[in-house]
Amino acid sequence: MLDEGTPLFVQIAEQLADDVADGTLVEGDRVPSTNELAAFYRINPATAAKGINTLIDEGLLEKRRGLGMFVAMGARERLLADRRKQFAEQYLDPMLIEAKRLGIDTDTLVSLIRGSSHITGGGTTP
Amino acid sequence: MTPTISAVGLTRRYREQTALDDVTVDIESGTITGLLGRNGAGKSTFMRVVTAQEFATSGTVRVFGEDPVENDAVLRRMVFVREDQVFPDFKVRHAIRAASWFYPNWDAEFAETLLADFDLPRNRAIKKLSRGMRSALSIVIGMGARAELTLLDEPYAGLDAVARQLFYDRLLADYAAHPRTVLLSTHLIDEVADLLEHVVMIDRGRIMLDAPADEVRGSAATISGPAIAVEDFVAGRRVWHRRSIGSRTSVTVAGPLDAADKARAGALHLKLEPLSLQQLMVHTSDDTTEARATA
Repeated sequence: MLDEGTPLFVQIAEQLADDVADGTLVEGDRVPSTNELAAFYRINPATAAKGINTLIDEGLLEKRRGLGMFVAMGARERLLADRRKQFAEQYLDPMLIEAKRLGIDTDTLVSLIRGSSHITGGGTTP
Repeated sequence: MTPTISAVGLTRRYREQTALDDVTVDIESGTITGLLGRNGAGKSTFMRVVTAQEFATSGTVRVFGEDPVENDAVLRRMVFVREDQVFPDFKVRHAIRAASWFYPNWDAEFAETLLADFDLPRNRAIKKLSRGMRSALSIVIGMGARAELTLLDEPYAGLDAVARQLFYDRLLADYAAHPRTVLLSTHLIDEVADLLEHVVMIDRGRIMLDAPADEVRGSAATISGPAIAVEDFVAGRRVWHRRSIGSRTSVTVAGPLDAADKARAGALHLKLEPLSLQQLMVHTSDDTTEARATA
Protein backbone atom coordinates (compact mmCIF):
# COMPACT_ATOMS: atom_id res chain seq x y z
CA MET A 1 0.00 0.00 0.00
CA LEU A 2 2.85 2.36 0.81
CA ASP A 3 5.22 2.94 -2.06
CA GLU A 4 8.86 3.91 -2.37
CA GLY A 5 9.93 7.35 -3.39
CA THR A 6 7.17 9.43 -1.86
CA PRO A 7 7.98 10.30 1.75
CA LEU A 8 5.88 8.15 4.07
CA PHE A 9 4.46 11.10 5.96
CA VAL A 10 3.18 12.57 2.68
CA GLN A 11 1.47 9.26 1.89
CA ILE A 12 -0.16 9.19 5.32
CA ALA A 13 -1.39 12.76 4.82
CA GLU A 14 -2.68 11.95 1.33
CA GLN A 15 -4.60 8.89 2.47
CA LEU A 16 -6.30 10.80 5.28
CA ALA A 17 -7.06 13.64 2.86
CA ASP A 18 -8.55 11.10 0.43
CA ASP A 19 -10.79 9.83 3.23
CA VAL A 20 -11.98 13.37 3.86
CA ALA A 21 -12.47 14.04 0.14
CA ASP A 22 -14.63 10.95 -0.46
CA GLY A 23 -16.58 11.37 2.75
CA THR A 24 -15.20 8.34 4.62
CA LEU A 25 -14.23 10.85 7.28
CA VAL A 26 -16.73 13.66 7.74
CA GLU A 27 -16.29 16.97 9.46
CA GLY A 28 -16.11 16.57 13.21
CA ASP A 29 -15.04 12.91 12.99
CA ARG A 30 -12.14 11.83 15.14
CA VAL A 31 -9.19 10.66 13.03
CA PRO A 32 -6.89 7.84 14.17
CA SER A 33 -4.17 8.86 16.61
CA THR A 34 -0.51 8.92 15.71
CA ASN A 35 0.05 5.64 17.52
CA GLU A 36 -2.94 3.99 15.88
CA LEU A 37 -1.70 5.05 12.46
CA ALA A 38 1.82 3.87 13.29
CA ALA A 39 0.54 0.46 14.37
CA PHE A 40 -1.77 0.09 11.38
CA TYR A 41 0.69 1.13 8.68
CA ARG A 42 3.64 -0.33 10.59
CA ILE A 43 5.57 2.89 10.46
CA ASN A 44 7.48 5.01 12.94
CA PRO A 45 5.13 7.08 15.16
CA ALA A 46 7.17 10.21 14.39
CA THR A 47 6.43 9.68 10.70
CA ALA A 48 2.70 9.33 11.39
CA ALA A 49 2.81 12.49 13.51
CA LYS A 50 4.47 14.37 10.68
CA GLY A 51 1.66 13.29 8.33
CA ILE A 52 -0.99 14.46 10.78
CA ASN A 53 0.83 17.76 11.33
CA THR A 54 0.87 18.41 7.60
CA LEU A 55 -2.94 18.26 7.61
CA ILE A 56 -3.17 20.45 10.71
CA ASP A 57 -1.00 23.04 8.98
CA GLU A 58 -3.32 22.91 5.98
CA GLY A 59 -6.27 23.43 8.31
CA LEU A 60 -7.91 20.12 7.40
CA LEU A 61 -7.54 18.65 10.88
CA GLU A 62 -7.74 20.30 14.25
CA LYS A 63 -6.36 19.23 17.57
CA ARG A 64 -8.72 19.19 20.54
CA ARG A 65 -6.73 19.11 23.70
CA GLY A 66 -7.02 15.80 25.51
CA LEU A 67 -9.48 14.39 22.97
CA GLY A 68 -7.43 13.85 19.84
CA MET A 69 -7.50 14.93 16.24
CA PHE A 70 -10.67 15.84 14.36
CA VAL A 71 -11.67 16.74 10.82
CA ALA A 72 -12.02 20.54 10.71
CA MET A 73 -15.18 22.33 9.62
CA GLY A 74 -15.13 23.15 5.91
CA ALA A 75 -12.24 20.73 5.37
CA ARG A 76 -13.90 18.83 2.55
CA GLU A 77 -14.92 21.92 0.60
CA ARG A 78 -11.44 23.38 0.82
CA LEU A 79 -9.85 20.09 -0.16
CA LEU A 80 -12.10 19.68 -3.18
CA ALA A 81 -11.45 23.27 -4.27
CA ASP A 82 -7.69 22.65 -4.10
CA ARG A 83 -7.96 19.42 -5.99
CA ARG A 84 -10.07 20.99 -8.74
CA LYS A 85 -7.32 23.53 -9.21
CA GLN A 86 -4.75 20.75 -9.54
CA PHE A 87 -6.91 18.62 -11.81
CA ALA A 88 -5.62 20.03 -15.10
CA GLU A 89 -2.00 19.68 -14.12
CA GLN A 90 -2.27 16.23 -12.61
CA TYR A 91 -4.68 14.50 -14.96
CA LEU A 92 -5.42 16.57 -18.05
CA ASP A 93 -1.89 17.50 -19.06
CA PRO A 94 -0.50 13.94 -18.98
CA MET A 95 -3.55 12.76 -20.95
CA LEU A 96 -3.11 15.46 -23.59
CA ILE A 97 0.59 14.63 -23.92
CA GLU A 98 -0.17 10.94 -24.47
CA ALA A 99 -3.01 11.80 -26.87
CA LYS A 100 -0.65 13.91 -28.94
CA ARG A 101 1.90 11.12 -28.99
CA LEU A 102 -0.76 8.73 -30.29
CA GLY A 103 -2.13 11.21 -32.81
CA ILE A 104 -5.54 11.50 -31.15
CA ASP A 105 -7.00 14.92 -31.96
CA THR A 106 -9.15 16.98 -29.63
CA ASP A 107 -12.47 15.99 -31.25
CA THR A 108 -11.67 12.29 -30.93
CA LEU A 109 -10.60 12.87 -27.35
CA VAL A 110 -13.86 14.61 -26.50
CA SER A 111 -15.89 11.80 -28.01
CA LEU A 112 -13.79 9.28 -26.07
CA ILE A 113 -14.59 11.12 -22.87
CA ARG A 114 -18.28 11.15 -23.73
CA GLY A 115 -18.12 7.43 -24.51
CA SER A 116 -16.51 6.71 -21.13
CA SER A 117 -19.10 8.59 -19.13
CA HIS A 118 -20.63 5.26 -18.02
CA ILE A 119 -17.73 5.06 -15.51
CA THR A 120 -19.05 7.98 -13.52
CA GLY A 121 -22.69 7.26 -14.31
CA GLY A 122 -23.02 10.77 -15.69
CA GLY A 123 -24.96 11.79 -18.80
CA THR A 124 -23.46 12.50 -22.19
CA THR A 125 -24.61 16.08 -22.30
CA PRO A 126 -22.75 18.73 -20.39
CA MET B 1 18.59 17.91 23.32
CA THR B 2 21.71 15.90 24.15
CA PRO B 3 22.01 12.92 21.84
CA THR B 4 21.81 9.57 23.63
CA ILE B 5 24.97 8.36 21.90
CA SER B 6 27.65 10.71 20.70
CA ALA B 7 30.75 9.33 18.99
CA VAL B 8 33.61 11.54 17.86
CA GLY B 9 36.47 10.22 15.73
CA LEU B 10 35.78 6.76 17.06
CA THR B 11 38.30 4.22 15.77
CA ARG B 12 38.63 0.57 16.68
CA ARG B 13 41.56 -1.36 15.25
CA TYR B 14 42.30 -5.03 15.57
CA ARG B 15 45.66 -6.38 14.47
CA GLU B 16 45.24 -6.07 10.72
CA GLN B 17 41.78 -4.68 10.47
CA THR B 18 40.14 -1.36 11.13
CA ALA B 19 36.63 -2.19 12.33
CA LEU B 20 35.64 1.43 13.01
CA ASP B 21 37.39 4.16 11.09
CA ASP B 22 37.03 7.69 12.46
CA VAL B 23 33.30 7.39 13.16
CA THR B 24 31.59 10.61 14.17
CA VAL B 25 27.87 10.22 14.67
CA ASP B 26 25.08 11.21 17.07
CA ILE B 27 22.13 8.95 17.86
CA GLU B 28 19.31 11.29 18.82
CA SER B 29 17.20 10.65 21.91
CA GLY B 30 13.78 9.14 21.46
CA THR B 31 14.30 7.92 17.90
CA ILE B 32 14.37 4.51 16.30
CA THR B 33 17.60 4.60 14.32
CA GLY B 34 18.64 1.92 11.89
CA LEU B 35 22.30 0.98 11.78
CA LEU B 36 22.63 -0.54 8.37
CA GLY B 37 25.49 -2.19 6.59
CA ARG B 38 26.90 -5.44 5.31
CA ASN B 39 28.25 -8.18 7.52
CA GLY B 40 31.57 -7.04 8.90
CA ALA B 41 30.84 -3.37 8.18
CA GLY B 42 31.36 -2.41 11.83
CA LYS B 43 27.78 -2.40 13.17
CA SER B 44 28.41 -4.85 16.01
CA THR B 45 31.75 -3.30 16.89
CA PHE B 46 30.06 0.08 17.22
CA MET B 47 27.45 -1.37 19.57
CA ARG B 48 30.04 -3.21 21.62
CA VAL B 49 32.05 -0.02 22.07
CA VAL B 50 28.90 1.90 23.04
CA THR B 51 28.11 -0.73 25.67
CA ALA B 52 31.72 -0.79 26.90
CA GLN B 53 32.18 -4.44 25.97
CA GLU B 54 35.04 -3.32 23.78
CA PHE B 55 37.25 -0.27 23.90
CA ALA B 56 38.02 2.37 21.34
CA THR B 57 41.54 2.50 19.93
CA SER B 58 41.10 6.24 19.63
CA GLY B 59 38.30 8.79 19.67
CA THR B 60 35.52 9.07 22.20
CA VAL B 61 32.03 7.79 22.76
CA ARG B 62 29.58 9.33 25.21
CA VAL B 63 26.31 7.71 26.28
CA PHE B 64 23.84 9.97 28.11
CA GLY B 65 26.74 12.45 28.09
CA GLU B 66 29.09 10.14 29.99
CA ASP B 67 31.86 7.67 29.29
CA PRO B 68 30.21 4.23 29.45
CA VAL B 69 33.38 2.36 30.44
CA GLU B 70 33.02 0.88 33.94
CA ASN B 71 30.11 3.22 34.46
CA ASP B 72 27.41 1.16 36.12
CA ALA B 73 24.94 4.06 36.27
CA VAL B 74 25.10 4.40 32.48
CA LEU B 75 25.16 0.67 31.73
CA ARG B 76 21.96 0.04 33.69
CA ARG B 77 20.16 2.57 31.51
CA MET B 78 20.81 0.48 28.41
CA VAL B 79 20.07 -2.99 27.19
CA PHE B 80 22.06 -4.73 24.47
CA VAL B 81 20.59 -7.64 22.54
CA ARG B 82 23.43 -9.32 20.72
CA GLU B 83 23.16 -11.53 17.71
CA ASP B 84 25.25 -14.19 19.45
CA GLN B 85 23.81 -13.81 22.95
CA VAL B 86 25.22 -16.48 25.27
CA PHE B 87 23.13 -17.50 28.26
CA PRO B 88 24.29 -19.33 31.39
CA ASP B 89 23.01 -22.87 31.81
CA PHE B 90 19.58 -22.19 33.24
CA LYS B 91 15.92 -22.05 32.39
CA VAL B 92 13.92 -19.40 30.55
CA ARG B 93 12.23 -18.17 33.71
CA HIS B 94 15.60 -17.80 35.46
CA ALA B 95 16.88 -15.61 32.64
CA ILE B 96 13.73 -13.50 32.94
CA ARG B 97 14.12 -13.17 36.70
CA ALA B 98 17.80 -12.22 36.42
CA ALA B 99 16.84 -9.52 33.92
CA SER B 100 14.16 -8.21 36.29
CA TRP B 101 16.82 -7.65 38.95
CA PHE B 102 19.21 -5.87 36.68
CA TYR B 103 17.04 -3.45 34.71
CA PRO B 104 15.43 -0.65 36.73
CA ASN B 105 12.51 -0.17 34.28
CA TRP B 106 11.77 -3.89 33.91
CA ASP B 107 8.08 -4.57 33.18
CA ALA B 108 7.32 -8.11 34.35
CA GLU B 109 3.80 -8.14 32.97
CA PHE B 110 4.95 -7.02 29.53
CA ALA B 111 7.71 -9.65 29.57
CA GLU B 112 5.17 -12.38 30.38
CA THR B 113 2.95 -11.21 27.52
CA LEU B 114 5.90 -11.36 25.15
CA LEU B 115 6.89 -14.85 26.36
CA ALA B 116 3.38 -16.01 25.53
CA ASP B 117 3.38 -14.17 22.16
CA PHE B 118 6.57 -15.97 21.14
CA ASP B 119 5.42 -19.32 22.59
CA LEU B 120 8.43 -19.55 24.87
CA PRO B 121 8.12 -22.30 27.50
CA ARG B 122 9.11 -20.78 30.85
CA ASN B 123 10.49 -24.01 32.27
CA ARG B 124 12.56 -25.08 29.30
CA ALA B 125 16.35 -25.10 29.68
CA ILE B 126 17.81 -22.38 27.46
CA LYS B 127 20.33 -24.77 25.94
CA LYS B 128 17.40 -26.88 24.72
CA LEU B 129 15.81 -23.95 22.88
CA SER B 130 16.06 -23.69 19.10
CA ARG B 131 18.06 -20.87 17.55
CA GLY B 132 14.88 -18.91 16.85
CA MET B 133 13.58 -19.39 20.40
CA ARG B 134 16.87 -18.16 21.85
CA SER B 135 16.57 -15.06 19.66
CA ALA B 136 13.00 -14.61 20.87
CA LEU B 137 14.16 -14.83 24.48
CA SER B 138 16.78 -12.16 23.84
CA ILE B 139 14.10 -9.97 22.30
CA VAL B 140 11.79 -10.48 25.30
CA ILE B 141 14.57 -9.37 27.63
CA GLY B 142 15.58 -6.49 25.36
CA MET B 143 12.04 -5.15 25.22
CA GLY B 144 10.97 -6.01 28.78
CA ALA B 145 13.94 -4.00 30.08
CA ARG B 146 12.35 -0.81 28.67
CA ALA B 147 15.83 0.65 28.88
CA GLU B 148 16.27 4.27 27.87
CA LEU B 149 18.74 3.03 25.27
CA THR B 150 17.85 -0.24 23.58
CA LEU B 151 20.49 -1.69 21.28
CA LEU B 152 19.34 -4.52 19.06
CA ASP B 153 22.09 -6.13 17.00
CA GLU B 154 20.62 -8.40 14.32
CA PRO B 155 18.26 -9.69 17.00
CA TYR B 156 16.38 -12.27 14.99
CA ALA B 157 18.63 -15.10 13.82
CA GLY B 158 16.46 -18.16 13.28
CA LEU B 159 13.17 -16.27 13.64
CA ASP B 160 10.69 -16.90 10.85
CA ALA B 161 8.81 -14.16 9.04
CA VAL B 162 5.77 -14.42 11.32
CA ALA B 163 7.84 -14.08 14.48
CA ARG B 164 9.80 -11.18 12.97
CA GLN B 165 6.57 -9.34 12.14
CA LEU B 166 5.42 -9.95 15.71
CA PHE B 167 8.68 -8.46 16.94
CA TYR B 168 8.29 -5.35 14.73
CA ASP B 169 4.67 -4.85 15.81
CA ARG B 170 5.42 -5.22 19.52
CA LEU B 171 8.47 -2.99 19.28
CA LEU B 172 6.51 -0.26 17.50
CA ALA B 173 3.58 -0.39 19.92
CA ASP B 174 5.75 -0.40 23.02
CA TYR B 175 8.00 2.34 21.65
CA ALA B 176 4.90 4.46 20.98
CA ALA B 177 3.64 3.92 24.52
CA HIS B 178 7.08 4.23 26.17
CA PRO B 179 9.31 6.36 23.97
CA ARG B 180 13.00 5.53 24.17
CA THR B 181 16.09 5.47 22.02
CA VAL B 182 16.34 2.37 19.89
CA LEU B 183 19.35 1.50 17.76
CA LEU B 184 18.58 -1.45 15.50
CA SER B 185 21.19 -3.05 13.29
CA THR B 186 20.00 -5.30 10.52
CA HIS B 187 20.57 -6.46 7.01
CA LEU B 188 16.87 -7.16 6.47
CA ILE B 189 16.55 -3.55 5.47
CA ASP B 190 13.32 -3.62 3.49
CA GLU B 191 11.56 -5.21 6.45
CA VAL B 192 12.44 -2.47 8.89
CA ALA B 193 12.70 0.55 6.58
CA ASP B 194 9.32 2.00 7.59
CA LEU B 195 9.99 1.63 11.31
CA LEU B 196 13.00 3.89 11.20
CA GLU B 197 13.07 7.59 11.88
CA HIS B 198 16.76 7.93 11.19
CA VAL B 199 19.24 5.94 9.13
CA VAL B 200 22.96 5.47 9.63
CA MET B 201 24.75 3.46 6.96
CA ILE B 202 28.16 2.06 7.67
CA ASP B 203 30.59 0.41 5.29
CA ARG B 204 34.07 -0.84 6.06
CA GLY B 205 34.01 0.96 9.38
CA ARG B 206 33.08 4.32 7.88
CA ILE B 207 29.82 6.22 8.04
CA MET B 208 28.46 6.45 4.51
CA LEU B 209 25.14 8.07 5.28
CA ASP B 210 23.53 9.68 8.32
CA ALA B 211 20.13 11.17 7.56
CA PRO B 212 16.42 11.18 8.46
CA ALA B 213 14.67 8.20 6.87
CA ASP B 214 12.28 10.56 5.08
CA GLU B 215 15.16 12.20 3.26
CA VAL B 216 16.73 8.91 2.35
CA ARG B 217 13.54 7.67 0.81
CA GLY B 218 13.61 8.80 -2.81
CA SER B 219 17.08 10.25 -2.43
CA ALA B 220 18.14 8.26 -5.47
CA ALA B 221 16.32 6.90 -8.47
CA THR B 222 16.90 4.70 -11.46
CA ILE B 223 15.92 6.16 -14.82
CA SER B 224 15.59 3.84 -17.76
CA GLY B 225 14.60 4.16 -21.39
CA PRO B 226 16.17 5.02 -24.73
CA ALA B 227 19.85 5.79 -24.14
CA ILE B 228 19.80 9.26 -25.71
CA ALA B 229 16.83 10.44 -23.67
CA VAL B 230 18.22 8.93 -20.46
CA GLU B 231 21.59 10.60 -20.94
CA ASP B 232 19.82 13.87 -21.66
CA PHE B 233 17.81 13.54 -18.45
CA VAL B 234 20.71 12.61 -16.19
CA ALA B 235 23.11 15.23 -17.56
CA GLY B 236 24.59 17.18 -14.65
CA ARG B 237 23.45 14.67 -12.02
CA ARG B 238 25.63 12.47 -9.91
CA VAL B 239 25.58 9.06 -11.55
CA TRP B 240 25.95 6.05 -9.29
CA HIS B 241 25.45 3.25 -11.70
CA ARG B 242 24.92 2.71 -15.39
CA ARG B 243 23.75 -0.34 -17.28
CA SER B 244 22.93 -0.71 -20.94
CA ILE B 245 21.40 -3.26 -23.24
CA GLY B 246 21.20 -2.40 -26.93
CA SER B 247 19.85 1.11 -27.26
CA ARG B 248 18.31 1.10 -23.78
CA THR B 249 20.08 2.44 -20.74
CA SER B 250 19.35 2.33 -17.05
CA VAL B 251 21.09 4.92 -14.90
CA THR B 252 20.94 5.36 -11.14
CA VAL B 253 21.40 8.95 -10.02
CA ALA B 254 21.46 10.74 -6.72
CA GLY B 255 18.16 12.56 -6.21
CA PRO B 256 15.96 14.02 -5.10
CA LEU B 257 13.65 14.22 -8.09
CA ASP B 258 10.83 16.72 -7.86
CA ALA B 259 7.47 16.88 -9.61
CA ALA B 260 8.97 18.78 -12.55
CA ASP B 261 11.59 16.08 -13.01
CA LYS B 262 8.88 13.44 -12.94
CA ALA B 263 6.84 15.33 -15.52
CA ARG B 264 9.91 15.68 -17.72
CA ALA B 265 10.68 11.96 -17.40
CA GLY B 266 7.11 11.25 -18.45
CA ALA B 267 7.39 13.54 -21.46
CA LEU B 268 10.63 11.80 -22.50
CA HIS B 269 8.96 8.35 -22.08
CA LEU B 270 11.39 7.42 -19.34
CA LYS B 271 10.71 5.00 -16.55
CA LEU B 272 11.54 6.39 -13.14
CA GLU B 273 11.97 4.13 -10.12
CA PRO B 274 12.98 5.42 -6.71
CA LEU B 275 15.54 3.29 -4.89
CA SER B 276 14.46 1.45 -1.77
CA LEU B 277 16.62 1.77 1.31
CA GLN B 278 17.99 -1.69 0.63
CA GLN B 279 18.91 -0.92 -2.97
CA LEU B 280 20.48 2.30 -1.77
CA MET B 281 22.69 0.37 0.62
CA VAL B 282 23.73 -2.03 -2.12
CA HIS B 283 24.79 0.92 -4.25
CA THR B 284 26.51 2.65 -1.36
CA SER B 285 28.63 -0.38 -0.56
CA ASP B 286 29.23 -1.57 -4.10
CA ASP B 287 32.75 -1.03 -5.41
CA THR B 288 31.76 -1.34 -9.03
CA THR B 289 29.55 1.72 -9.00
CA GLU B 290 30.84 5.08 -10.02
CA ALA B 291 29.96 6.41 -6.55
CA ARG B 292 33.48 6.38 -5.26
CA ALA B 293 34.90 8.09 -8.30
CA THR B 294 32.33 10.89 -8.19
CA ALA B 295 31.70 11.15 -4.46
